[in-house]
Amino acid sequence: MRCLRMLVRILVLLYLAGAPALAQTLCQPNASNGYRVRISIKTALGNQAYEWNENEMFLFRATMAFAMRRYYKTETYNVDNIIVCNQTRRVSFWFVVISPENPTMLIPKADVEKAVSMSRHRINNAFLLTDRTLEFLGIYPTLAEPVNPDTPPWLIVFGVVIGAVFAGIIALLVSSLLQKRRKEKGMMEDGQDEEDRQMKGVENGINLDGIYNRGFTDDDRFTKL
Amino acid sequence: MPEEGMEDNKEGEERPKWNNKAEYLLTCIGFAVGLGNVWRFPYLCQIYGGGAFLIPYLIALVFQGLPLLYLELAIGQRLRMGSIGVWNSISPYLGGVGVASMLVSFCVSLFYNTIVAWVLWYLFNSFQEPLPWSQCPLNHNNTGYVEECVESTPVNYFWYRQTLNITPNMETSGSLQWWLVVSLATAWSIVYICFVRGIKTIGKAVYFTATFPYLVLTIFLVRALTLPGSSEGLIYLFTPDWEILKNPQVWLDAATQIFFSLSVAFGGLISFSSYNSQKNNCERDAVLVGVINSATSIYASIPIFAILGFKAHTNYVTCLNGNILALTNEFDISDMNITVENYEQWFDSLNGTHPSRVSDLKLKTCDLQTFLDQSASGTGLAFIVFTEAVISMPGSQVWAVLFFIMLFSLGLSSMFGNLEGVLTPLHDLKLVPKWMPNELFTAIICLLLFLMALIFCLGSGNYWLEIFNSYVGSVPFLIIAFFEIIAVAYIYGIGRFSDDLEFMTGHRPNIFWKVCWLVISPLMLFVVLVAYVAVQAQTPPTYAAWNPDYVNFPNTEVLPYPDWVFAICVLLSSVPVISIPLVAIYRLICCMSGRHSKDSLHNNPNPYANEDYVVELLL
Repeated sequence: MRCLRMLVRILVLLYLAGAPALAQTLCQPNASNGYRVRISIKTALGNQAYEWNENEMFLFRATMAFAMRRYYKTETYNVDNIIVCNQTRRVSFWFVVISPENPTMLIPKADVEKAVSMSRHRINNAFLLTDRTLEFLGIYPTLAEPVNPDTPPWLIVFGVVIGAVFAGIIALLVSSLLQKRRKEKGMMEDGQDEEDRQMKGVENGINLDGIYNRGFTDDDRFTKL
Repeated sequence: MPEEGMEDNKEGEERPKWNNKAEYLLTCIGFAVGLGNVWRFPYLCQIYGGGAFLIPYLIALVFQGLPLLYLELAIGQRLRMGSIGVWNSISPYLGGVGVASMLVSFCVSLFYNTIVAWVLWYLFNSFQEPLPWSQCPLNHNNTGYVEECVESTPVNYFWYRQTLNITPNMETSGSLQWWLVVSLATAWSIVYICFVRGIKTIGKAVYFTATFPYLVLTIFLVRALTLPGSSEGLIYLFTPDWEILKNPQVWLDAATQIFFSLSVAFGGLISFSSYNSQKNNCERDAVLVGVINSATSIYASIPIFAILGFKAHTNYVTCLNGNILALTNEFDISDMNITVENYEQWFDSLNGTHPSRVSDLKLKTCDLQTFLDQSASGTGLAFIVFTEAVISMPGSQVWAVLFFIMLFSLGLSSMFGNLEGVLTPLHDLKLVPKWMPNELFTAIICLLLFLMALIFCLGSGNYWLEIFNSYVGSVPFLIIAFFEIIAVAYIYGIGRFSDDLEFMTGHRPNIFWKVCWLVISPLMLFVVLVAYVAVQAQTPPTYAAWNPDYVNFPNTEVLPYPDWVFAICVLLSSVPVISIPLVAIYRLICCMSGRHSKDSLHNNPNPYANEDYVVELLL
């Protein structure tokens, strides 16, 4: 009897010791249901980069558990369900997700991908990183939705410019038309003064001294007339 | 342009006058300083050995550019007519020179304003965050980026696809791109509003268009000098390579660059100076305009190359960072342990220990010199290279807006001269009906030019523009300028011309000008013309097409011109200048047939003839 109890105790001890080891074997590089994560903190944050340590890893596992909870809409996932292994200096590591009901069963790759994609933004923000600096190798970031304004901005600028130009053209044309009308009215009213004005060489305020009547040149040797 | 209203006395039509000397000088400077000063000269400086290029450039300026400039300003000021009237006065047999000038100005106006329209399009698009040429658009089902954009670059894609929507070759014409039509309409409207009241409005507009580029260049200079990599760009630009002076191509390019840069033979300068009073020192004006034009070219190349150096540096760092990331990921090295500075040591040590893994990564060779060598001129510089540089500068929108407004003012002020070379001769030919006000006539010409320029808004428009640029905007000018100088120096007579200059400026031209006009400039022009035609004849007529289906895409595909296109090229080069012999022959026939033509200028080629006795000015 005592031998049997001893055996059971040893088995239980072995099991308890082996469970994490068993879990550890589930997480391996190139595991079929695992993903590799690559983090570049210094690239993203420069001088304000934080150190990657066990606490940050804990945060990662908690964030992944949150993502799984959000995806499955349950509250069963915990930090223990996220297993991490093969961490390098880079910082990069592999992780797998085990099901909370059955510790030996891994959540399939596709589901993990969908969960990560759904909460990608939250995961990034938890670490102050971006899609580029917190990479899940194999999960492509969803492309940013292009901002499509209703009116292309260039049309607005064009509208402003062309409106101003047309307004200017109309203003100038109207003002020269009015000027001409005034000139004609002025000419009709004092037609006798025309000759006087011509002789003075002032016409509409424009000096005529630029006109050189070549018939009266003083360079006699060149005039053949 | 003569104002209407004086029906009784033809000579009484008062010629418009410049408000003040500054407006006249700014207009001439604005006409001479154009897009070529910013995007052609720095490129030539770079490929022809930097500082050494200044030597042939300045020699060409002094012996070819300034004499031609002085000559055009002087005859315009003396004879007080546009290009057709002036050449008719000097010698009726050479009246064709004026017609050729007008035709070439007409063709140049067509494509030049299209470039201005492209600048406007980019300007309108610069008011966005993020800039549209900084990233690729998504494809139809939002799964990825547009393939054409991914294979080339976002900047190239925006230029070739979203702006030009270019066809793969010249045979496919494509359709009218409505956004380009809209931009072209804006460009022509702005040109029209500046021309509405003739030189009154032009004179006001040039206060902005001629001075603003200098302000922007200075701002860019200050900004560029604070960017990393700018000093490399400047050193690269100005390091003289004296060996290059042995290459005759350098001298040819320097002479053609000066010639096209000063915008002689357009007829625009003759028109502008015809609005001066006769007692104006045009010698000083000519020297001033010529020197300022060259100084602007040199000054513009400094910020351009500082920014190109910055761009090369950015590309180099991006290339290195790509390699660094690949190495870091492959060997799981701690993040940011490999930096740009210690990349070489890391690479050597990793390559030594794991050469196979390193070679599997297929790292790119990043050489700063290669990036600096990627130069461009023309539209490639403005719309591809510079826009790419602007994306990397903080506050991109501001720099993009400033840059494109500067290009717009440069182009607009040159358009003034181009269009003036068309309008003034038409007025002088008395082709304008009496009842038509000037504004309406200008509007009709602008509308006609706009409608004809719509061919450049087709899918293949850029190819056609290159053709116009190469064939209309080159050889005809050289021929016209050659005939101009021969006409004045030999047919009109250097003695008579010196007397005219003495009347206008108060002193006779010194020996330097006389020697240039008689011997040096015609000789240089002739040599340049022959050499240019010879070089053109040797290069096969091909063009670079943007074809996404091309095997080596994103490199452009080099295609030969189709035969009908080549025929059009030949026509474009020859038709404008064919008027020179045609008019001469026509006048000869008139003269020999004994017909006493109504224009006394034919019998009496005397610019002092009293035009009251002229009834009709025949072509």
